[in-house]
Amino acid sequence: MNVTLSDDELAFRDELRAFFRDRLPEDIRRKQEQGVILDREDHIRFQKLLAEKGWAGVNWPVEYGGTGWTPVQKYLFATEMAEANAPDIVPFGLSMVGPVIYSFGNDEQKRRFLPDILESNVWWCQGYSEPGAGSDLASLKTRAEFDGDAYIVNGTKTWTTLGQHADWIFVLARSRADVARRQEGISFLLVDMSTPGVTVRPIITIEGEHEVNEVHFENVRVPAENLVGEEGAGWTYGKVLLQHERTNIAGVARSRYRLKKLRERAGRAVRGATPLTEDRNFMRKLAAVEVELKALEYTELRTLAAVASGKAPGPESSILKIKGTEVQQAIDTLYLEAAGYYALPYVPEQYVLGFPDGERVGEDTETRFSLQYFNNRKASIYGGSNEIQKNIVAKHVLGL
Amino acid sequence: MDFSFDDIQTMLADSVGKFIDNEYDFETRQANAGSDRGYDPAVWRTFAELGWTGIPFSEADGGIGGGPVELMIVMRAFGRGLVVEPYLANVVLAGGVLRRVASAEQKDDWLAPMIAGELQATLAFTEPQARYDIADIATRAELRGGNYVLDGSKAVVPNGANAELIVVPARTSGARNEREGITLFAVPASSEGLGYKAYATVDGQRAAELSLDGVALAPSAILGEPGDGFATLDAVIDDATLAVSAEAVGIMRALQDKTVEYSKNRMQFGVPIGSFQALQHRMVDMLTACEQSHSLLLWASMLAADGAADAKRAISSIKYQVGTAGRRVGEEAVQLHGGMGVSWELDIAHYFKRLTAIGQMFGNADWHLDRLAE
Ligand SMILES: Cc1cc2nc3c(=O)[nH]c(=O)nc-3n(C[C@H](O)[C@H](O)[C@H](O)COP(=O)(O)OP(=O)(O)OC[C@H]3O[C@@H](n4cnc5c(N)ncnc54)[C@H](O)[C@@H]3O)c2cc1C
Repeated sequence: MNVTLSDDELAFRDELRAFFRDRLPEDIRRKQEQGVILDREDHIRFQKLLAEKGWAGVNWPVEYGGTGWTPVQKYLFATEMAEANAPDIVPFGLSMVGPVIYSFGNDEQKRRFLPDILESNVWWCQGYSEPGAGSDLASLKTRAEFDGDAYIVNGTKTWTTLGQHADWIFVLARSRADVARRQEGISFLLVDMSTPGVTVRPIITIEGEHEVNEVHFENVRVPAENLVGEEGAGWTYGKVLLQHERTNIAGVARSRYRLKKLRERAGRAVRGATPLTEDRNFMRKLAAVEVELKALEYTELRTLAAVASGKAPGPESSILKIKGTEVQQAIDTLYLEAAGYYALPYVPEQYVLGFPDGERVGEDTETRFSLQYFNNRKASIYGGSNEIQKNIVAKHVLGL
Repeated sequence: MDFSFDDIQTMLADSVGKFIDNEYDFETRQANAGSDRGYDPAVWRTFAELGWTGIPFSEADGGIGGGPVELMIVMRAFGRGLVVEPYLANVVLAGGVLRRVASAEQKDDWLAPMIAGELQATLAFTEPQARYDIADIATRAELRGGNYVLDGSKAVVPNGANAELIVVPARTSGARNEREGITLFAVPASSEGLGYKAYATVDGQRAAELSLDGVALAPSAILGEPGDGFATLDAVIDDATLAVSAEAVGIMRALQDKTVEYSKNRMQFGVPIGSFQALQHRMVDMLTACEQSHSLLLWASMLAADGAADAKRAISSIKYQVGTAGRRVGEEAVQLHGGMGVSWELDIAHYFKRLTAIGQMFGNADWHLDRLAE
């Protein structure tokens, strides 16, 4: 056991650091700093920079254009990206459908879809949840009826994150009804969202933003070649994807960065107030979250090391999801408390680039802290709620 | 020791309860919150007609002579209805100052029309640098040529842009955190040198940042004794703390009820989610939190009504309680609703936001626990 980085690893870290320092576009950096929500083009621009460098497929195998990085390299990448306050990678293509396609798709599908995912030419979204099928995903009702050369898809998907930006959606749909178990007869389909019969309607979330959508399918023709793997075996593929989603969800590096920034901020006389570093209650809570996060960081490193051989993470990833989101939400709460009365103003209009400082309500981005706290209550709900994760751990890890 | 309401209190509880049930559904609330002023003037007139705007004022002042218990009854119901009309700013904050220290003439000018529902008022009780210390006042009032001239800024003033009267604490002497030297001024919103930045708040209400840039006031604008405003301010903020705690208890109860109801109807895995023991235990914890909060609220309201010496501690206890247990109830209500809990469309999110906002006001849980630990 050894906690220090090797010379090679240090050199790699420096390369990452230099990249994010020199290549992260200035306007994106400023948006990130000023709490401005990135638009579609910002995400694409950033991810294309990673792709050019060969760093987009962080977890992908080398043969499909992935990095082939060691767990330590992945850890350093996530760390440096967060330390540069670069945007998070939009997960739906690179972390979700990409791995499903390279694991279960045919050669034609790999040729057709993987390069565009890697280069962020195509924006994907995730069509799993339905109004009646959330935690109980296997009860999904969206139908895919085969009619010779295509599947005819009918149904409604919901909570579709950033579906308003998406070109393609991957969908779990029921292609057979006469099955013994509900998990059977579900197929994994890739659907072009410009196909007639697909409509996207916004859902506004608690903090007032348009982040999720309802996606309706009315007699949507999906060519048979867009079926991934075997017809009716989509549940298995979908589950593998969820496990990928769960490790990414922990967000350790981002949490570390946010805690560091909060500690710095606590030392400042914001609006002329006494620095929070003199508020022992606050600082003890901050320190407690730092300890939790450190533990999580090493839990994640251990998990990464265990899956270093490239196999998919197992049910242990549920632990990372639970703890990762708990830590995120604890940080959100600290930020909320730090804002004091300035948690109250609802001024989303001031989060655009170039908003005049003199007209700003509150200092820095503090009027965003409560919105972040509200919005991120989602973290313990999506990606399989934390209750469902505990059910998984109880069953598959503890054997209960 | 008697937990039952007297006749007047029972009537009040009935009439507010009926109003919420029959005339103030969630759609109405959302429409009012989204309107130009952020509340419905017609609803405000109703409040005045029913005598609710006069609750804590003596009959001599044109009120109905109620106290903390009556206010608690109204605020708890307003919590359940998620009422956005600026009751706290007018009746509890501005009214709390006026009834304590205003002269007969000042009461005629300001309090009477406020009780009649014809004048909007507020109290600018905090400043950008102050966090939760109400004595932290940097705004200065200097006597120049017979007038007081006010300079400074006030933060997150509830009802700030609607108010025609703003009660402004300013320093006529002393250093930033001193309790001595604070003077309360009645500032008409039309005063020269008063600047506003108005905005909505995350809980669907309205507030404003105020700047005072050489606002000149005659000495007759002083409410109470010059330099002696802290005790009044402190008492009013205690009233307000108790009032928002009552509102929080009403919200917690609503969240608890709605969550249990939802869990009985939301089907997953072929059964109502309320049948899962993991969730049942959490709803029992929510209920316990509501009951504990309700108990402290009654205790604190009774002590405050008696003017008891330890009313202040009781108020800190209930505010600490709604800060901690309230947050748990709010977060759990959202969590147990799944995605629906974080959607704007459902009332759950809005109850949760108001409960969270209350947690940030008049001292958060840590702040009140510190006061209790002293
Ligand atoms: C902001 C946001 C973004 C999302 N993005 C996407 C997306 O892009 N694509 C997509 O497909 N989905 C997405 N989701 C959907 C998400 O996966 C679901 O919300 C989640 O699976 C929970 O389902 P539900 O909302 O229907 O809640 P429900 O399943 O109705 O759950 C309600 C409550 O009951 C609990 N519960 C349910 N079953 C059990 C049980 N057996 N034991 C104990 N407790 C239980 C849950 O944990 C929850 O607390 C998103 C959700 C949100 C909020």
